[in-house]
Formats: sequence, structure tokens, C-alpha cells
Amino acid sequence: MIMYKLSILMLIASISGVFSLVASAESSNTFNRMLKPQAPANLPPAEDGIHDPESPGTHMLQPPKEAFSGLVKAKWGNKVDWVKSIHAKKIAPRHNASDATSKPIIMNLDIIREVRGSMPDVVFPHDRHTLLLACSNCHTGIFIPQKGANQMSMAAIMLGESCGKCHGAVAFPVATSTCKLCHAKPKAKGSVLKRSVMSKP
Amino acid sequence: MVIKQQILGLGVILVALFTMVMPMKAYAEYGDIVMNNYADAAEMRPAVFPHWFHRIRFNCSVCHADLGFKFGAGKNEITMAKIIEGEFCGACHNGEIAWSIENCDVCHSGIAGMPTQVKGDPLRVSNIATPK
Repeated sequence: MIMYKLSILMLIASISGVFSLVASAESSNTFNRMLKPQAPANLPPAEDGIHDPESPGTHMLQPPKEAFSGLVKAKWGNKVDWVKSIHAKKIAPRHNASDATSKPIIMNLDIIREVRGSMPDVVFPHDRHTLLLACSNCHTGIFIPQKGANQMSMAAIMLGESCGKCHGAVAFPVATSTCKLCHAKPKAKGSVLKRSVMSKP
Repeated sequence: MVIKQQILGLGVILVALFTMVMPMKAYAEYGDIVMNNYADAAEMRPAVFPHWFHRIRFNCSVCHADLGFKFGAGKNEITMAKIIEGEFCGACHNGEIAWSIENCDVCHSGIAGMPTQVKGDPLRVSNIATPK
């Protein structure tokens, strides 16, 4: 009986211990107060919040994690680096629905866009885009193939225009971790905002 | 007995902590498209298109150039009639390249009432909920 009482006491003590822990976590001076916990990624369809777990079809679908297990990892989007996965021969997507031997025509041309702000200039690599897309996907509906003919801004991209037609929806998202994937070319010497301006006089 | 109770206590604590940490939100796969232009009205669950599953097997251009899918959730007025005629999904989902359309539930497995949308970047302006 004493043992039993003792154990109940232990249980209460341990629960209250946790509550005090939670209380301290909810106090005003927590570590990383504004940082939201990262959302769980690649959940199976029945748990992803958009599939109806009561639909028999939901349980027939492949869980993403199973498909992604061998692919090259990334820190954003599906947590998969799709282009690297193709180059590493982890996946071999068809370029023609019914012809497995059809290959895309790769165009190897980098377009440099000088940006006005302090960010590094943008490098648009045609090669990894033509690996996946046809010219007609972008030209001329989204981009006029002429230097200086396309007005674009991060605001427009965030609204789903220009690059944002794919980037932010399916292709890698616009995030602080992905800025430098596009803004990849350091500014030329003598451009608007030099590093020396930022450092100590 | 004490040890047993302690283990039980610890279990209760762990479960409580886990449920507190586990958020109850939608975490759809990046790029999933919910299609509900006509599904709700037809008393079907909305269709969910898993982009990731398809991009493992096909280049973007297969659907977005060859089959004429426009970029943008809801911009393609896809109906079952068109699919049966071999347009859109029906170009492959015909029992030859991919399984045929009698497997209604496999696509129409979304939660009823969900609006047409892309489950992309939560920072994308169109995905940020406007306060009412």
C-alpha cells in the first residue's frame, strides 16, 4: 500500500514537473521566441491535411518519403534537389509521355541580370531549365527573349508572376535560404554598393 | 511497482508533450494541386494532383507544353468529359501509359470543400491568408 501511495506521489511529482517546464517555456523570455517550429515534411497522404483519410483512394497513394528515400536532398520545397537527382541518375523523367528514349535539347546559356539593389546579380541558367522544360513554356508567354525587355521584381515573383509562375509553387521557393541560388554573381567592382562602404571607415 | 508507475507517468508525460508539440495543420506536399473547379458541385471529393510523383517520371514540358496544361491552379478547365476524350490527365491515364480513370478515388481523395489551390511556398503572397 505504501509503495502504491509512493508511486502515485512520484507520478504527481513528475507531472507537476512537466507543467512547471511548460510554464517556463511559456514565460516571456524564451529562446527563439518568434521562431515557429518547422512543419513536418513529406507526411503520408492520410496525414497531410489535404487528403481525406476516409477516402479509400488516399490509402492507395504512395507516401512521399518512400519515393524520396534515394533522391538528392535539399533544404526547401519537397526537400529534394530535383535537378541534382537527375544528374545523379536517381530519377530519369521522360521527356515524351510515350517515348522513354526521347531526350530534351539542352541550351547552355546563362543570362546575367544586373540588379539595382545591393543583392548579387542574378544568373539565369538555361541549361537546367531546358533539362525540364520546353522553350514554349516560358517564351514568349512569360518572358520575351530579348535583353532588357522583361520587367521583373521580387514582389512580382512573390505574387506568382515571371519566375514565380513555378518558383514558390512547384520549383524551389523564394526563401532566405534560396536567395543565392539565383542571386549568384557578386557585383562588379565599382557598382552601386561596395563592400568597403559597409565595413569600417 | 514503483518503477512501473514511473514508466507509466513518463509515458503520460511524453504523450502530453508530443500532442502539445504536434501541430494540427495541413502539411501537404510542396507543389500538390487541389482541383475543385467542379468537384464539389458534382458531389465528388476534390482531386489532388501530386506534382512530386509526376516529376519523378516526367519532365515539366510533357504536361505543360505537349499536353497544354497552363501554369496555375484552376486555370485549366478540366472536366471528366475532357479526360475521357483523352485531353489533360486522360492523355496518360487511359490504361496504356498510366492506370485508367475508373479509379475515381485515387485522384478524388481531397477533403471536401477545399478550394482550388497550389500547396506551394507558404510565403507566396497568394498563399498568405488575408485577415477578415
